Amino acid sequence: MAAVKIVIAAILGVVFGIGLLVSGMTDPANVLGFLDVAGAWNPALAFVMGGAVLVAAPAFAFAKRRGRALLGDALETPGRTKIDASLVIGAAIFGVGWGLAGICPGPGLVLLGRAPQAIWIFLGATAVGLLAAAGLERVSTPPTETAERRSP
Amino acid sequence: MLDWTSPYVTAALGGALIGASAGGFYLLNGRIAGISGLFSGIVLLRAGFWRWAFVAGLIATGAAALLLGYAPPAALQEASPVLLGVSGVLVGFGTKLSNGCTSGHGVCGLARFSRRSLVAVLVFMTVAALTVYATHHLGWRL
Repeated sequence: MAAVKIVIAAILGVVFGIGLLVSGMTDPANVLGFLDVAGAWNPALAFVMGGAVLVAAPAFAFAKRRGRALLGDALETPGRTKIDASLVIGAAIFGVGWGLAGICPGPGLVLLGRAPQAIWIFLGATAVGLLAAAGLERVSTPPTETAERRSP
Repeated sequence: MLDWTSPYVTAALGGALIGASAGGFYLLNGRIAGISGLFSGIVLLRAGFWRWAFVAGLIATGAAALLLGYAPPAALQEASPVLLGVSGVLVGFGTKLSNGCTSGHGVCGLARFSRRSLVAVLVFMTVAALTVYATHHLGWRL
């Protein structure tokens, strides 16, 4: 069963990647075009997110009603549910980074296959940034709260 | 008639594929397809080969696209190494602190009607738009 889940993960990674390519979201110009509301605004990203949420929502609702994944595992639940300072500050910092280059982690990983000579700097830096945040969380969180946190 | 070459149609279709992947991952494996979460699990060496499998799928798609003639995007080629480095650090730090990115909060979070994710999406969209305003219209450069 473990092998089946890994094969499914790989296939769904490919489907996700094709979705990013077909939608044009691996091209930073399209992302920056959406964020540039004062310029030649390109609304495509809103169609991508709208399409994705519309298709994903019924699957999420059905899984929640079942209470368990179809292959038997417990459903992953977010480790944190509060709207707190780390959520808002973290999202704002991510927003600056995303707005600078027009790349977020999903497109970044697809671009590792499509344009490795340029994107490795971004992905290496992403690893550095997340290691720094993980280190900061470790020193700033009381021991009772250090249980593994999951995204989102 | 639907124009299949319209960028809005391909955007919505691509989005539907992303949603099918995220929805399928939760329904079949019980996992949230948040790419920053998957990537951080790999960097932090958490157990779970499935993370590597999903990420390998993403990278393989990009490699196949290159072989099929999708050239690397010009906007990426033109970006300076300093810009890519600073952007990457902020993306890594911010997504770890807020537990999600455009896929984790944006797609999965909104699809499960998480208020926390809605706040995250509104914040990162607004700040990213302000950042683009500063770089494209106020002349701030990195």
